[in-house]
Amino acid sequence: MTFRARHLLGIEHLAPDEIRAVLDLADRYVDLNRRTVKQSDVLAGMTQINMFFENSTRTQASFELAGKRLGADVMNMSVAQSSVKKGETLIDTAMTLNAMHPDLLVVRHGASGAVNLLASKVNCAVLNAGDGRHEHPTQALLDALTIRRAKGRIQRLTVAICGDIAHSRVARSNLILLGKMENRIRLIAPPTLMPPGVQDFGCELYDDMKKGLEGADVVMMLRLQKERMDGGFIPSEREYYHRFGLDAEKLAYAKEDAIVMHPGPMNRGVEIDGTLADDINRSVIQDQVEMGVAVRMACMDLLARNLRAERGAKLAGVMV
Amino acid sequence: MITFLANARIIDPESLTEREGNVILDGRLIAAIGSAQAPKHARVIDCGGMALAPGIVDLGVKVGEPGDRHKESFRSAGLAAAAGGVTTIIARPDTNPAIDTPEVLEFVTRRAEAASPVRILHMAALTKGRAGREMTEIGFLLDAGAVAFTDADHVTTDTKVLSRALTYARSLGALVIGHPQDPGLSAGAAVTNGKFASLRGLPGVHPMAERMGFDRDMALVEMTGARYHADQITTARALPALERAKANGLDVTAGISIHHLTLNELDVGDYRTFFKLTPPLRAEEDRLAMVDAVASGLIDIICSMHTPQDEESKRLPFEEAASGAVALETFLPAAMRLYHAGHLTLPQLFRAMALNPARRLGLPQGRMAEGAPADLVLFDPDAPFLLDRATLRSKSRNTPFDGQRMEGKVLATFVGGAQVFGERD
Repeated sequence: MTFRARHLLGIEHLAPDEIRAVLDLADRYVDLNRRTVKQSDVLAGMTQINMFFENSTRTQASFELAGKRLGADVMNMSVAQSSVKKGETLIDTAMTLNAMHPDLLVVRHGASGAVNLLASKVNCAVLNAGDGRHEHPTQALLDALTIRRAKGRIQRLTVAICGDIAHSRVARSNLILLGKMENRIRLIAPPTLMPPGVQDFGCELYDDMKKGLEGADVVMMLRLQKERMDGGFIPSEREYYHRFGLDAEKLAYAKEDAIVMHPGPMNRGVEIDGTLADDINRSVIQDQVEMGVAVRMACMDLLARNLRAERGAKLAGVMV
Repeated sequence: MITFLANARIIDPESLTEREGNVILDGRLIAAIGSAQAPKHARVIDCGGMALAPGIVDLGVKVGEPGDRHKESFRSAGLAAAAGGVTTIIARPDTNPAIDTPEVLEFVTRRAEAASPVRILHMAALTKGRAGREMTEIGFLLDAGAVAFTDADHVTTDTKVLSRALTYARSLGALVIGHPQDPGLSAGAAVTNGKFASLRGLPGVHPMAERMGFDRDMALVEMTGARYHADQITTARALPALERAKANGLDVTAGISIHHLTLNELDVGDYRTFFKLTPPLRAEEDRLAMVDAVASGLIDIICSMHTPQDEESKRLPFEEAASGAVALETFLPAAMRLYHAGHLTLPQLFRAMALNPARRLGLPQGRMAEGAPADLVLFDPDAPFLLDRATLRSKSRNTPFDGQRMEGKVLATFVGGAQVFGERD
């Protein structure tokens, strides 16, 4: 097995063959998920805790379903009900949960690096479900799977990532992954939403959407957070839509068979035209959701295998 | 009491030279330097060719009194300083409450005198509560012993308030220490803008914020004629402005922390909060430019920016973690990195760590000269060791050098002729 990681904290620390291992296994879980009986027992007896310090419906549901289909006992903890509100620190919360012997900890947190911090204090496998503006690895992996299934490959493609790149962990994980797999990456955003120093990542930068989309195989749209819309980073919602919203006219600059992606939830009429988002010939947005469950099943399966191997080795008194 | 320090490698930061020789301490002063013979009844210490330099004058040390004594007391700071070769601590007023009245200043002066084996002098706040609205009683505070006036890392945004405070300070000859940083541009920043910040998803500040803050302060200094010191200049972009200000005859000096001279932004690695500083660590090109600026004398002063933080305030996600690092004990070994790298000589280092800060504050310390205070540090610049933060004397142990290989060990520290650290025969 080529997947060696103990935690899944980001794409940054994954090697290309580890990424391929996840995608290959996820392909098999896509098949399982399309059956009427979707049960597997690879996580039977294991406990998965979902800790979402930031609200999320889609990602949390996806992780929950993934765990349940693999036979794990899944518990959801959302910040609203937790003692974080009572002043408990992140580390204390982690230590408390750790004492209950979970096997998989799925964490989303608003601060970059918070999941790394937590992972250093627990002895189970930790999956990053998004930390601040840092990384959202399962999103990048599910995007990669979606692209690979639609395009037949995940290298030598021209991928345009468009929107609020500065504040997006999805963009960060995606550009790391796509770079590792040797794709041509273009970032399209107003300069105020472009992260500083990004020119050193080996991407091409555009602030003109039509030029940026020229010849693209994949168009990846990002969500624009409501609180960034008015005056702070861009002048207004309507000016943004005019210059950076994806519609049929702008998409015409991309390749004829270019696919349209969005991590959701979408702001129809802000970053993407509603009709286009629903166009089954161009949009793979629903496929992304489907791939999400399969990719998360694959990640948890692989991490659980490494966890078992590590514990087995410890029991046998072998140094790993 | 007479002490005879024999066979030393004498570091003289005034002449920028070093030589072999003996030093005689008589009472609280240096009595003779050179090849003199040991006087009768003197305590003789054989230095064995080790380096003997003026004790470090550390401009800008945070001690937790009043308010945060659990992080650092005058006692623990004084012991750490003695072990680190720091013979004069210039304490910062960013305490809780701030040192902004003669009464608080008298309190800390009394506490420090009773508790510390090294000299501790105090700075006072420039504005009440460091809030940037009303100036403090600069005259009374001077009378009570304040050596400089600063709001530490609080930048006074109201330039009218600041210009009046500078004008008033000038009339009394008081030194004002500023923190050159544009408060708007740097708001919420945890690291320096760039590839690394973007990769880690951390909010960064553009290095230009430092030059903007410095340019603004220089305009006000030109306007008011005040004596001004920039606590830390850490980016190459700000250096031409500093050079210009000096060339124009403004009474301006600048400092930098030892961390900004020995570490860069990449040291933060996977969100290591002990590397979170104010201002944040910079790019390697900036670090090298700063080292050159210290060598040329453009940057006058190296300080430790000793900022004790307890574990709780550091064991947090990077953005939420407190900033600052302890440095009293690691200051000299860290500085030895610059010496061993061939960037700076020992006399150049002690010019920036002892002579210049003392001069800027009008203190007699920092000199290797007859008649100067017998504040000295004897150290082995080559002794290697592995730093274990558990061994630090500071109450807080937030050092970025934990687990790192260091060179440079303090063997003995003298303050006013008395040995305050090191083995005794």
